[in-house]
Amino acid sequence: MHFLLLFSRQGRLRLQKWFTPTPEREKKKIIRDMTAMVLARKPKTCNFLHWMDLKVVYKRYASLFFCLAIDDQENELLALEILHRYVELLDKYFGNVCELDIIFNFEKAYFILDEFLIGGEVQETSKQTVARCIERLSSLRNSCRRLRL
Amino acid sequence: MSDVVERTLTALPSLLSSDPSPGRPSSTSKLGTLIRGITELTSKHDEEKLIQRELVSIKEQVSSPNTTMMKELMVRAVYCEMLGYEASFSYIHAIKLAQQGTALDKRVGYLAVSLFLNESHELLLLLVNTVLKDLQSTNLIEVCMALTVVGQVFPKDMIPAILPMVEEKLNHPKEIIRRKAVLALYKFYLIAPNQVQHIHSKFRKALCDKDPGVMSASLHIYLEMKPESYKDLVVSFVTILKQVVGGKLPIDFNYHSVPAPWLQIQLLRILSLLGKNDRSTSEMMYEVLDESLRRAEMNHNITYAILFECVKTIYTIHPKAELLEKAAKCIGNFVLSPKINLKYLGLKALTYVVQQDANLALQHQMTIIECLDHADLIIKRETLELLFRITNGQNVKVIVEKLLEFLRHSKDDYRNISKGVYLPINECTYAPDNSWFIRTMNTVFLLVGDQMQPDIPNSFLRLLSEGFESAEEDQQLRLLAVDSYVSLLQEQPARLPQRFLQVISWVLGEYSSVKEGLEPATVLRLLAPLLDLRHCSSETKSWVLAAMTKLSAGPACLSVAQELAERHGGSLDTTLRQRLHELQHLASDGELLRRVLPCSDGLEPLEVDSTLSFLDGFVSEALAAGAAPYKPPHQRQEELAQEKALSVEPYGLSLPLSLSSSSIAGRLSPTVLSMSSGLSGNSTELSPKGGSALRLEGVTRVWGKEGYLAKAALKPEEAAKTEVPCPLSVLQEGGSAPRTPVVSLPAPAPGPSLQAEREKQQLASCLFMGLGSQGAAGPCLMGKAEPTRHGFRKKVKGQGSSSGARGPSGDSASSSPSPLSAQSAMDNLLCSSPLDSGSTPSPADSAPSPADSAPSPADSATSPADPDAEASSWLFSHWVLVVGVQVSRVRGGPEEEEEHVEGHSVAVYQYSLVPTRPSVHMELAGRASYQRPDGEPQSTPFSYGLSLPDFISRPLSVSTEEYGRLWLASSNDIKQNLALLSQEPDPLRATLHRLRDRLQLNVVDIIASEGIVACQLLQGPPCLMHCRLNAGCLAVWLRSSLPELPDCLLYHCQRALAQH
Repeated sequence: MHFLLLFSRQGRLRLQKWFTPTPEREKKKIIRDMTAMVLARKPKTCNFLHWMDLKVVYKRYASLFFCLAIDDQENELLALEILHRYVELLDKYFGNVCELDIIFNFEKAYFILDEFLIGGEVQETSKQTVARCIERLSSLRNSCRRLRL
Repeated sequence: MSDVVERTLTALPSLLSSDPSPGRPSSTSKLGTLIRGITELTSKHDEEKLIQRELVSIKEQVSSPNTTMMKELMVRAVYCEMLGYEASFSYIHAIKLAQQGTALDKRVGYLAVSLFLNESHELLLLLVNTVLKDLQSTNLIEVCMALTVVGQVFPKDMIPAILPMVEEKLNHPKEIIRRKAVLALYKFYLIAPNQVQHIHSKFRKALCDKDPGVMSASLHIYLEMKPESYKDLVVSFVTILKQVVGGKLPIDFNYHSVPAPWLQIQLLRILSLLGKNDRSTSEMMYEVLDESLRRAEMNHNITYAILFECVKTIYTIHPKAELLEKAAKCIGNFVLSPKINLKYLGLKALTYVVQQDANLALQHQMTIIECLDHADLIIKRETLELLFRITNGQNVKVIVEKLLEFLRHSKDDYRNISKGVYLPINECTYAPDNSWFIRTMNTVFLLVGDQMQPDIPNSFLRLLSEGFESAEEDQQLRLLAVDSYVSLLQEQPARLPQRFLQVISWVLGEYSSVKEGLEPATVLRLLAPLLDLRHCSSETKSWVLAAMTKLSAGPACLSVAQELAERHGGSLDTTLRQRLHELQHLASDGELLRRVLPCSDGLEPLEVDSTLSFLDGFVSEALAAGAAPYKPPHQRQEELAQEKALSVEPYGLSLPLSLSSSSIAGRLSPTVLSMSSGLSGNSTELSPKGGSALRLEGVTRVWGKEGYLAKAALKPEEAAKTEVPCPLSVLQEGGSAPRTPVVSLPAPAPGPSLQAEREKQQLASCLFMGLGSQGAAGPCLMGKAEPTRHGFRKKVKGQGSSSGARGPSGDSASSSPSPLSAQSAMDNLLCSSPLDSGSTPSPADSAPSPADSAPSPADSATSPADPDAEASSWLFSHWVLVVGVQVSRVRGGPEEEEEHVEGHSVAVYQYSLVPTRPSVHMELAGRASYQRPDGEPQSTPFSYGLSLPDFISRPLSVSTEEYGRLWLASSNDIKQNLALLSQEPDPLRATLHRLRDRLQLNVVDIIASEGIVACQLLQGPPCLMHCRLNAGCLAVWLRSSLPELPDCLLYHCQRALAQH
C-alpha cells in the first residue's frame, strides 16, 4: 500500500495517509491527479485505475471517495475490501457514519485507521479487536474530560 | 460550492442537540468554526486568507507558555496541513505534545508527528527519547501508542537504541502489544535490513503465537525475504492455511463469513514464492490449494479475491494438470462475469498466464475482442496489455494497429504509462519488415511525443546502432531511417516532438553517410533551421549541434557552420555557444575532426581513464604554483564536521549525541566547494565528447560514438536475442493474415449483427494468429494456418520447464486440451495436417530439446576455485562454442566479453573482476552458446555467486598511526553490536582472530578491551573496524570511504561469527 486518500465529490480532501515516504510536492501532485482522475470516472466503470506504476483502487461511499494506491502485483479486490472494512469500522464507531463525522472528527478517523493499518500493512482484520482498541481510546477521552470538569 | 455539505450543515444544530454521544461532531469547537468558515467561502483566494489568519493565531497560541488547548491547536494545524498549507512551526510542538501531555494529548501528538514528518526529517530524532520512555511505561495504552508510531515513522539510524526494548515486547502478555511489536520489527527490517539480522528467529516464534493476529502480522516479512531462507516452513504455512480454510479460527476473524481472508491471501502469496521452480515444495501444497479453490464459492468480492490469488499461485508454482484445469475454469468465470471488476481481474489473470498457456486466451478470444472496444478505457488498456503478451510475428501488425488507435483516442495521461514500454520490445523482435518498423516507430514518436519514457528512444537507437545479425539488414534499416527522417525534416519540422527531433538528429549525424548522394552539407542545412525553432529545448539543440559536428567535413559545411555561429553566437545559453564553437572549430580542421570523432563502423570500446592520469602534469604544476591539494568531497565534509561537531571520537556509545552531530554536519556541507569540484569533474568528461554527459543523464548511454556503453548495459535477454541467427527479413509481408471467412464457428446469429460478428471474428483470427501454434495446433477460428517460415524466433519465456512437464499443452492438434467444440477440433485436424506434411520445417522440429543438450556447461562454470580469476573452459567436438560472459552487478571488469572456441580445441580465458560498488552478494552471469554440427544454435545460461570476502584479497597492513589517519578520512560509518565468542578464554582476541581467519581481515592492534581491524577490497578502498568489549558483546564501528562497504562487511562479520 502506498497511500490512502479520502475526498469529497467536490474534490475536497478529507483525509490523507501516506505509507511510503513521499516529498510534499509529489503529494500535492498525487492528490491533484487522483481527484481529477477518480472524479472523471463514469458510472459503471471498474474501480481500478493506473497511475504511474501504481494501481489505484477507489470506491465511492455516499458523497465520499475512498482511494487506495497499491503495487501492481497486489490484489485489487482485496484492496477494495480493505476500503470496505475501514468504512465498516468508521460506521461502527460513529454509528451510521456520514461525511460530516469524518470532517469534524477527522483525528478520530485517523486513530481508527492507525489501529487498522500500520505502515501500509493490514494490522488487525478482526473488527471486534479494532473496535476494542478504539473504545479503550475513547474511554480515555471521557476520563480526561471528567478530570477537566 | 459544496451544496451537500451546506445542506447538511444547516441541519447540523438539530442533529447535535438530539445526539449527545461523544462520537458526534463537536462543531461548536474552534475546529468546527474553522471548517464551517472554509465551507462557506467561495473563492480559493478567500480560503487562503482565512487559513493564513488561522495559522497566525495558532502560532501565537502554541508558543504561549501555558496553553491548555494544545491538543485542539494541533488538530487545527493538522487540518490546515491537509488543505495544503504549510504549518511547519507546529512540528516541534507536536513532538512536545507527545512528550508531555496526558494520554489523549500524547495520542494526538503522536498522530500529528506521524502525519507531519517523514522518516528523514531531522526533528524525528527528538522523538526517540519519548518513544523510549513510553515503551518502558506500565500503561498499556502508552506502550501501544509508542509502538504504533514506531511502526509508521522512525529514524533509521536510531533503531539500535530501541531495538532491544521492542524485542522484549514480543513476550508481552497482551496480544495487541505483541502484534504491534512484530509490525514494528517488520518495519525495521524494511528500512534497515542489516541492522536486524538476528530477528528472523523472533519472527518464527511469532509465527507460532497462540493469537492469530500476531501470527498473521509475522507473515509480512516472509514476502520480503528470499524464499530459499525459509523453505523449511512450507509445512507450517500449509498447515495454517488448511486450518484457516477449514474454519478453525475464532469467528472474530471472519469477514463477511469468510474466514480470515487477509490471512489466506497472505499465505497463498507466500506459497507461490516458495513453490516457484520447486517441484517437491509445490507438491506439498496442491491439496490445500485445491481445497481453497473448492471452499471459495460464495458470491462475494472477498471470495473472488481469494480465488484470484489462488489462481495466481497455481500458475506460479510447479504445475499440476488437474489444478491448472480448475484454475483455467476459474479465470473463465472471471472473464465472462458481467461484473466489470471481475472482468478486469480476469483479463489481468489471462495476461499473467498467457505465456504459459496461450490456448486459454484462444478460448476467450471473442470476449477479448469485445473488451477491446469496451467503453471503459481501463478495461481496454488491460486488454491491450494482454495482447502484447501474445504478440508474434504474424499478428504484430494488427496488434500494433490497435495500440496506435488507442493512443490516438485516449487524450489523457494514460498514454505515457507502461503501454509504450512493450512496444519496442515487441517490434524489434517481431517486426515483419524494416520499413514497417521505421514507419510505426515514426508514428509512435509523433503520437506519444514528449510524454514517452526516455528508455524507448534509447532502446530504439541502440537497436539501430547495434543492429541485428546481418550487416546488410542493419544498413537497410539505417538507410530507411535516414530516408524517412530527411523527408520529415523537409516537410514540417516545427511540429515534431522534442524527443523525436533528438532521435532524428542522432540518426542523421551517425548514419546519413549510409545514403549515397546525400551530402553532409545538405543534412546540415536541414538540421540548421531546428535551432531557430522557438519550442526547441536547449537539450534538443545540443543533440542537433552534436549531430552537425559529426557531419561537418568539407568546405560547404564550414560555411554553414560559420553562418550558424554568426546567428547564434550571441545566445545566452553557454552550452549552446560552447557547442557552436566546437562545431566551427572542427569544421575548419578536418584532421582534428577525424581524431575526435573517428568515423568507424566498429563499436570499438573506448578506453576511459577514470583515474584522470592525463591530468597529472597539470596537477603537479598547479601544486608547485602553490594551489591547495584536492580533497574529495567526503573528506571536506569530514573536516567540516570536525570543526562543528561536538564529538566524533570513536569511543563511547553515546549514540544519539554523535549521530545528531553528524547529521548537522551533513546539512552544513560546503556547497560552494562541492560545486566547484563538480564543475571540474564535468569539464574533464566534457573535453573529448563535447559535454554530452552534462545534462543528458538518461540519454548518454547511446550518445555519439559511445556505443560501447550501450552495449555494456545489454540485458541478458537481448544478448540471447542477438545470438539467434534468424534475420529479420525472413518475416515477410506474406506473413499477413489470411482473411478467409470463418467456417468452423458455431453458426453466427443471422440478421444485421452478422456483419459485425464477422468483422470481430476476422479481427480475432488476425489477433490470435500464430498463438498456440507451438506445435501447429492452429487456433480454431482461423480456419487455415499460414505456414510460417521463421523458425523459433518466438520467445517462449518460462515455457521450458513448465509446459514440458505439464504434458499436452498443444504439442499436436489432436492432443490439445479441447474445450473447443468437436466440430472445431475436427477442423483443426484437417487444416493442420497439410501444415505438418508441408515442406517447411515445423517449429516443433526445430525447438531445442532439453534432453540432448550439451554436457551442461553450467557445471564447469561453477568450478573455479580462485575467485579473482574466473576461468571457464569447454571442450566440444565438432561444435562451435561461443561463450558470452556478461558481468552483472559487478562493475569495473570487462563488462561483456565474447569468446569463440573452435571445434576440437580447448581454450582458457582469464578475467579479473573488480567490484566498484560492493554488495553483500554478487553474481557473475553469462551465457554459453554453442552450435551443433546440424546447425542448431543453443545457449545455456550459467552463473556463479560471489560474496564480498572473495574480494578482500589480502589484509591491509597499516600501522596504528596510519590507521588513525585513515579513520578520519573515511566518512561512511555504521555501528552495531556483534556476538562475542564468550566461551573462549580471551573473547575479544578469539573473536577478532575468527574474523581474521574467515574474512581475511587484518588485526592491527589490540589494546585492553579494544581492537582495531582493517581490510581492503581488491583494488578498492579500505574498510576500518573499531571494536570494543561492551557488556558481553562486541561493539563495532565500521568506516570506509565507500558507502556500501561497511554495511556489507558487517553482514559478513555477523555471518562469520554466527557459524561455529
